[in-house]
Amino acid sequence: MMMENKVYICSTGIISPQANFGKKEDFALASEYTGSSLHCIEPDYKSILDPKLIRRMSRIIRMGAAAALECMVHSEVQQPDGIITGTAYGCVEDTVSFLTKMVENKEELLTPTAFIQSTHNTVGSQIALLLKCHQYNNTFVQRGFSFEHALMDALLLLNENEAKTILVGGIDELNETSEAILKRFGLYRTNQNNLQLLTTSGKGSMAGEGASFFLLSSESSSGNIACLDDLKMLFDPNEETDVVQWIHYCLSENNLTWEQIDLVITGRNGNQQGDLIYDKLEFSIAKKTRFAYFKHLCGEYPTASSFGMWMAVSSIRENKIPFTVTSKTQSGTIRKVLLYNHDQNGHHSLMLFSAC
Amino acid sequence: MHSSDIFVTGIGVISALGKDVNANVHALQSGESGIGPITRLKTIHRNVFPVAEVKYSNEELSHFSGMSDEISRTALLSVIAASEALEDAEIHTDSGLRIGFVSANSVGGMDKSEDFFAEFLSDHSKGKLRNIVHHECGSITELAAHYLGIHHYVSTISTACSSSANSIFHAARMISAGYLDVAIAGGVDSLTRFTLNGFNTLMILDTQPCKPLDENRKGLNLGEGAGYVVLVSEAAMNKIGKKAYCRLSGYHNANDAHHQTASSPDGIGSFMAMQGAIAKSGIRKEDIGYINLHGTGTQNNDQSEGTAILRLFGDALPKLSSTKAFTGHTLGASGGIEAVFSVLSVANGYVYPNLRYETPMKDLPLHPVTSFQIDTKISHVLSNSFGFGGNCSALLFSK
Amino acid sequence: MDKLMHDLKVQIIAQLNLQDLTPEDIGDDQPLFVEGLGLDSIDALELIVLLQQQYKIKLSSAEEGPKVFRSVKTIAEYITEHKPKV
Repeated sequence: MMMENKVYICSTGIISPQANFGKKEDFALASEYTGSSLHCIEPDYKSILDPKLIRRMSRIIRMGAAAALECMVHSEVQQPDGIITGTAYGCVEDTVSFLTKMVENKEELLTPTAFIQSTHNTVGSQIALLLKCHQYNNTFVQRGFSFEHALMDALLLLNENEAKTILVGGIDELNETSEAILKRFGLYRTNQNNLQLLTTSGKGSMAGEGASFFLLSSESSSGNIACLDDLKMLFDPNEETDVVQWIHYCLSENNLTWEQIDLVITGRNGNQQGDLIYDKLEFSIAKKTRFAYFKHLCGEYPTASSFGMWMAVSSIRENKIPFTVTSKTQSGTIRKVLLYNHDQNGHHSLMLFSAC
Repeated sequence: MHSSDIFVTGIGVISALGKDVNANVHALQSGESGIGPITRLKTIHRNVFPVAEVKYSNEELSHFSGMSDEISRTALLSVIAASEALEDAEIHTDSGLRIGFVSANSVGGMDKSEDFFAEFLSDHSKGKLRNIVHHECGSITELAAHYLGIHHYVSTISTACSSSANSIFHAARMISAGYLDVAIAGGVDSLTRFTLNGFNTLMILDTQPCKPLDENRKGLNLGEGAGYVVLVSEAAMNKIGKKAYCRLSGYHNANDAHHQTASSPDGIGSFMAMQGAIAKSGIRKEDIGYINLHGTGTQNNDQSEGTAILRLFGDALPKLSSTKAFTGHTLGASGGIEAVFSVLSVANGYVYPNLRYETPMKDLPLHPVTSFQIDTKISHVLSNSFGFGGNCSALLFSK
Repeated sequence: MDKLMHDLKVQIIAQLNLQDLTPEDIGDDQPLFVEGLGLDSIDALELIVLLQQQYKIKLSSAEEGPKVFRSVKTIAEYITEHKPKV
């Protein structure tokens, strides 16, 4: 969507398979994983969350709440005017836990904790509880668009002048059960090294997870990291040419040519079939533009574009692409970044960022 | 642009009261509750807890919807109600309008996931993948959207029991902002062992048909169904030519920020939601003719919601009732189903009885309507939806 | 009774995931809810299931909860009184 008012990104908070929690810079060495998946590097929550609350929280809630609080700490805002989360799978661990006990105990002697935390809005509402925030609170659960729709809703609120600041985040967790099920769909490789995922073409990617939060504001401030200029989505396109056409339409709407974009970050994930469109952009359409990737760092998951957004924003702030050796030689500053991601060829999204 | 520019031109509903708007209205008029013994759900609680089941098998629902009977019951219910709403609004999905489908549900394709899990747990290579592939909430919406022929914007909201009020609200804002011409918005949920057992662990299921707002209420009954409204911009309405039932004039979302499941004693979240919706519409609170309550029948909800209403309206209370005594608590569908009832209330002056209400709550002088009425003076109707996680939303429909 | 109270403390810590506590940290008479250990209504529901699972005792109604679950001692007394005769 094109915004009438400028939208600023004030701060970020992230927990991911990379050691980027609590850090604003110095993302030099990428963490290495071998197997089918990447799992979050979690902080010691006791210094971040009230121990009385932690005892009940499952992993995704801890990750989401800690990343959200981290994001707030780095901002100048006490309380946001809204909290919006996006998650495709929701609280998998709690859901699995309750479902397992229900099957094993034949519906008897069940306890409430896992059930009440299995609802998809648990992370968003726990953040509201922690911040004592009575304002707007919403949760989007649209598969590969879950984070994008949360972001879209935030942009609507800011443009309606209903809010000045919105905390928005994408969260999904991977656990043993969900990984076992997802593997059966043939989505992942076995015995793969994540740092070589994108250079060894083949079938499937690696599974991932993460919690990435951003504080958006309609007001300019010296502390702001970047601007979000545009967000666009394309659902279920028929063929590759439709996607290319759509991307070019988005660029022209923003009066941009490929040459004016300093960095394109794509959701390349090593799965040959899905990477075709990224290849097309990188090697035949925008040959001169610098490209970077992020899914070897966070793995593939439906809200992975939120990690991509962190990457885009950090690149602008640091003028350096975190954890990454780029495909083409670096020249000039990074002021305009395009993030293009798709989830299994069905959910395509574009986000355009610029230096403030 | 203002939210007053959003019109409701179509409605569709399926619930324990029947498979379309007419059947639902008939049951509401004649005071026939949809709550009864469990007949379809395979559970050990069969003879313990009454529920409000949709009275059709998956095969029958498949026949009504034209979809396969092997997919989740949730998707079947969604397609039936959404199709009715689209047809009512006289909208063809190939008409060149920018149409959105914004649905809501709380447990996605859980009815199938439960079957998958029973086999999967014994051996991780077991369990039919087709029973888990549509587990995600968003997947249910996409199934329905494909079937309806909607691709432009397809979204799902899941905020527990306030889910579909939020989907209607989000859809309206997408239209207001100029991204959509038309949106089918609401929600769906089917009965599952997961939710029945979950609510049972909270000890808030009544073993008898529920008694919302009654001093002696003992809890809620779960229900299932789907409810959708078709929202259109003024320009789209003029182009399509279908007369509107009413406008969606106000909405607000607030958070109780009190406890993961319990509502605060003073109902701060519900108070803010109602107050915000009224402020958004620009009407005076005195102009509200009827409130369709969240009114689940639990001690906690009705006390909290009642307190918020008394604080907001004082002595000048509008007519009010909870239709959950008819439909049960349909979770992610409740905001959508009750939006349909509220739309009919504005359009036709319908005021629905709060079944089984006998004894007023101590200290909360709320006296819900106990018989079906037609009050043509009603111009504004408020619909409340609250959920786990303190999510509180209110919608306001106006003539 | 002391053995029962100690067992209960271990079971409560496990059931409610009170990670930082040891049985010694919980006084026999210490209130479990609000001002004491800070437990809430969800914990009460967990404790009801604990009694069912470990002691085959079913509370006749949820309203009994606050009285029975006031402290470890009151729970132990309730168990002793209501334990099914073998």
